[in-house]
Amino acid sequence: MTELRSAPVPPLEPDDHVRGPDGAPVVIEYADFECPYCAVLSDKLAARALRRAFRHFPVRSSHPRAWPAACAAEAAGLQGRFWEMHDLLFGDQGRLEDPHLWQRARDLDLDLARFDADRRSDEVIARVRRDFESGIRAGVVTTPTLWAGGTAYTGRVSEQTLDALIGALS
Amino acid sequence: MIEPGTPAPEFTLARGDGAEFTRADLDGKTTVLVFYPFAFSPVCTDQLNLYQEVLGELAARGATMYAVSCDATWSQTAFRDQLGISIEQLSDFEPKGETCRAFGVYHPGGFPQRALAIIGPDAVVKWSYEADSPGDLPGANLIFDGLAA
Repeated sequence: MTELRSAPVPPLEPDDHVRGPDGAPVVIEYADFECPYCAVLSDKLAARALRRAFRHFPVRSSHPRAWPAACAAEAAGLQGRFWEMHDLLFGDQGRLEDPHLWQRARDLDLDLARFDADRRSDEVIARVRRDFESGIRAGVVTTPTLWAGGTAYTGRVSEQTLDALIGALS
Repeated sequence: MIEPGTPAPEFTLARGDGAEFTRADLDGKTTVLVFYPFAFSPVCTDQLNLYQEVLGELAARGATMYAVSCDATWSQTAFRDQLGISIEQLSDFEPKGETCRAFGVYHPGGFPQRALAIIGPDAVVKWSYEADSPGDLPGANLIFDGLAA
């Protein structure tokens, strides 16, 4: 039975999706690709010297294409292109239907048949669900939720708040 | 709010099809009651969307979730349909708030405080939680903490 009782947000795992310079302050995002506030936060984080981990938190009835988009990112990740797909998904949130996902896979020169099989696979679904469940256990209720130094920042995170939390982490 | 260890009060709520949901419907089951302020309001929308994602894990623990508000049945049904969720809605519309009062969650503003109650198969409250403010959204983790309590 899946454990969903309260637990701290997990530290970085070897298979987390992480980018940013070694030694930079670490933040963990719980986000979904159909969430506009997540896209805005992603841009803000990209403009800063941070080591950031992305974890999926798709809620179907809020954002019906968030799950397929998350699975597409994971499937791209199995071909070594998670972050490229991440950027393409956040770059055009109005186009998240299956043909749009296939086009992104083509644009990234992915093996399309493998991409399409992987994004529907049990392995990928379990990977997305693992992130979601870790968020549930940590008390995440909305996207984006940004964890920094054990503190959660939710919703619209201002530039000033980001600067302050990075300063505290540095 | 009603405290753990307290027998559930007698109450009557209206189901979506107009049938009654009463204390007798608690017998022999684990029930999670989600009291929410208003259909179609932002936090209630996020709350029910979030909880919908863990219904399978609740079912695996033998628990059934119901959402309770003082909205009329038609409004609750429209709310549920718009969200595309399956959480059954129970209406405390008339006499307005009578069940919410019995559970100690009726807000003076005329709506249920945001609150959760887990009632065991013996119809005794096993766990309860009232949010500090109607604007606070209790994480789904709290429900699983309550089930394990």
